[in-house]
Amino acid sequence: MADAEENEEIALTDDQKFDIAKWFLLNSPPGEIQYVAKDLQSVLNDDNVYRRAASEAFPLYNKSHVVCLQFPNRSGEVLVSSYSELSEDEYLDPRTAQVGKVDHVRQICTQIRPAIDEELPSPYIEEYRSALDVEISKYVGEAYPKGVCSVYCTSGKDVEDYGSDFELVVVITATRHSPQNFCNGSWGSIWNIEFKDELQTVEVRGKVQVSAHYFEEGNVQLDAKHECRDSTIFQSPEDSADSLMNIIRHHETEYLTSLQASYSNLPDSTFKELRRKLPVTRTLFPWHNTVQFSLTRDLTKELGIEK
Amino acid sequence: MEAAMGLMRRMPPKHTETALSALLSLLPDHSSDLLSQIDQPLQVLCDVDNAKEFILCEYNRDADSYRSPWSNKYHPPLEEGIYPSSELRKLEIEANEIFTVYRDQYYEGGISSVYLWEDDDNEGFVACFLIKKDGSKYAHGKRGYLHEGGWDAIHVIQVGPEVQGMAHYCLTSTIMLSLTTNGDTSGTFNLSGSIRRQMKADLCVEDGHLCNMGKMIEELEGKLRNQLDQVYFGKTKEMVCTLRPPSELLLPMALPEARKP
Repeated sequence: MADAEENEEIALTDDQKFDIAKWFLLNSPPGEIQYVAKDLQSVLNDDNVYRRAASEAFPLYNKSHVVCLQFPNRSGEVLVSSYSELSEDEYLDPRTAQVGKVDHVRQICTQIRPAIDEELPSPYIEEYRSALDVEISKYVGEAYPKGVCSVYCTSGKDVEDYGSDFELVVVITATRHSPQNFCNGSWGSIWNIEFKDELQTVEVRGKVQVSAHYFEEGNVQLDAKHECRDSTIFQSPEDSADSLMNIIRHHETEYLTSLQASYSNLPDSTFKELRRKLPVTRTLFPWHNTVQFSLTRDLTKELGIEK
Repeated sequence: MEAAMGLMRRMPPKHTETALSALLSLLPDHSSDLLSQIDQPLQVLCDVDNAKEFILCEYNRDADSYRSPWSNKYHPPLEEGIYPSSELRKLEIEANEIFTVYRDQYYEGGISSVYLWEDDDNEGFVACFLIKKDGSKYAHGKRGYLHEGGWDAIHVIQVGPEVQGMAHYCLTSTIMLSLTTNGDTSGTFNLSGSIRRQMKADLCVEDGHLCNMGKMIEELEGKLRNQLDQVYFGKTKEMVCTLRPPSELLLPMALPEARKP
């Protein structure tokens, strides 16, 4: 039985190994892909397969976790995400109007260049984008000790004037890596903001994802997600930015409160559903009296009053 | 092997089975090490004679069949399966009966199974106490708080031979759990994970093996639950508060009219 299994397993093809390697990399908790990569390399023991898997998995991981990379000259940073992606290895930072060239596997930004006009939104859109960026940056600076944010135009970036719809996306990310304390975590929010010209409204859709991993002599992970919607009226760039920032702040603050409530419900309600702290009798189990115990059970059985 | 354990420490606990089978296929030579060091979520089967569920593990498995503690029969039937001696089987029956009561008192539901077998290497025996509970509101969650909730407890206890009225007990306990709540305003909140600890004691045999083992299991299980609650969940909460300190709640809120459409 075991032998048959082993023979089958020895025959793993490179493609199967590649799939497994990619699966491990993509399932790395926030901030831990390099550690996973190191262990994976020694388990896999096949550099070719590893390199192939890494070259596919790292870009996906970096984008889905919105990894933040410093510019080589430390003049700023670029967020790697599908919203900032110009090509597989080029990502836009709209605030500084620069483009960072990214080495996905090493998770560094190797070069920067000024963005060309076609990569940037029109002056009309840029007014909305930069006004929102200013407000969100202020808020993120207050609310997240290690927070980073960026605002992108994802649709209608070439709109020149009133009369057309466009869409901005706010990305906020905060991470904390503390491997020496066996603890890592990340908070990420993505806010899609649709400016609807005809209705003169702005539709807001938010997605927040929070994860934490504690692994000293164990492996416990928090995975929390929340989605919400809101709307406001289409105003001037400054007024829109102000009300959008307030909407985002309001929802994120409420979400944090509900996360804390989830934690405080643990001991007395949610965790109790799995196992009580003390038996229903509220005293430790009477191991010394188990003989009596079985007698009582026999009795209840005989009397037919068993539950 | 060290790298494999390193990977297991990082993969999301809900993917333990997938991660383990991936490692088994990459490292066929280490399969017995991997299987003994990585616990998998428990599975159950129904004992046809008693219409009662029992838990499957390596310790009641022979070939592709599993022995039920209720009828002592293999499922599916096996011609020449391994059985515990009649003396041990007697203790096993008693242990299952008592542990059912223990499980009911702490878990208010769930399934338990106890398996015993001779330990030829050190002239004693080994016992494995298993509990599986589905605490979701669709199963055994009495209060209906959990959208999804699973708790698997595995207690393996080695009992040494009796020497001058004393025996050495070595208990290894693993808890694997996952709980999810789901709400309109709170979104999905999931905590999952596993921890494993050991406890050793030399105890007087006069009190009975069952009493000694039971007390140790109750103590260690309580400790593990407490650690998960206080330390492990606590650390993830601490992390959330580091990412976004709740002190912002104290700052004046935005003007209400600013967010009226």
